[in-house]
Amino acid sequence: MVNRVLVGAHYGLKDWIIQRVTAVVMALYTIIFLLTLCLVQPASFEAWHGIFANGPMKFISFLFFLSLFYHAWIGMRDIWMDYIKADGLRLVLISATAMALLGYAGWAVQILWRM
Amino acid sequence: MAEAAIKKKRPKNLKLSSIRLPLPGILSILHRISGATLFLLLPVFLALFERSLSSAEQFAQLKSCLDNPLLKIILLGLIWFYLHHFCAGIRYLLLDLHKGIDLPAARASSRLVFIVGILATLLIGGKVLW
Repeated sequence: MVNRVLVGAHYGLKDWIIQRVTAVVMALYTIIFLLTLCLVQPASFEAWHGIFANGPMKFISFLFFLSLFYHAWIGMRDIWMDYIKADGLRLVLISATAMALLGYAGWAVQILWRM
Repeated sequence: MAEAAIKKKRPKNLKLSSIRLPLPGILSILHRISGATLFLLLPVFLALFERSLSSAEQFAQLKSCLDNPLLKIILLGLIWFYLHHFCAGIRYLLLDLHKGIDLPAARASSRLVFIVGILATLLIGGKVLW
């Protein structure tokens, strides 16, 4: 094996792994959520609210949102790097994406724990 | 100079209309388009999620919005985007593990992604929206 160190931080590999781990978390949550929908069949507000008022559901929903935002961060950053060639615009878009996703994370916490 | 001349002669096959994208390629670009669309709509989804959990009145109001057939079609399309991204993503995870890496298997699995994605959309969308 050739030991070539191109960059020191290895953030490429880290992001590659995180993108896949967050994907698995979201896939599992999606299956749990769909099964819950099948079981509860929430036609009323009480039933729908009841799904997320449940402690463990709140916990895994929070993990889903965090995974979603981190996953979206990596995906969108890759898209901007692929298609936006102008450095300034690319920086603006990447920064705006990061800020938006951080804000969404706070918003998601508020939605889940205010109810 | 000679090198520059060679570089100039290289075919630049960037005329997208001249490239016939194979099914795994269509799957791939739709994976990207669906992901970007879902990202751009995140604030809408969060706002809808928040409203649906805020009060019985808001919940009922959102539910009555679903009577609009155009909205139903749009939501069905978004459910498909989510499920396509989901199924194509699982295919990529398996490819990472070197499962189904040869061409016939890769073609068959991309066909499967489209079939499962569309069937699941009709099943879930039909159950939730109608």
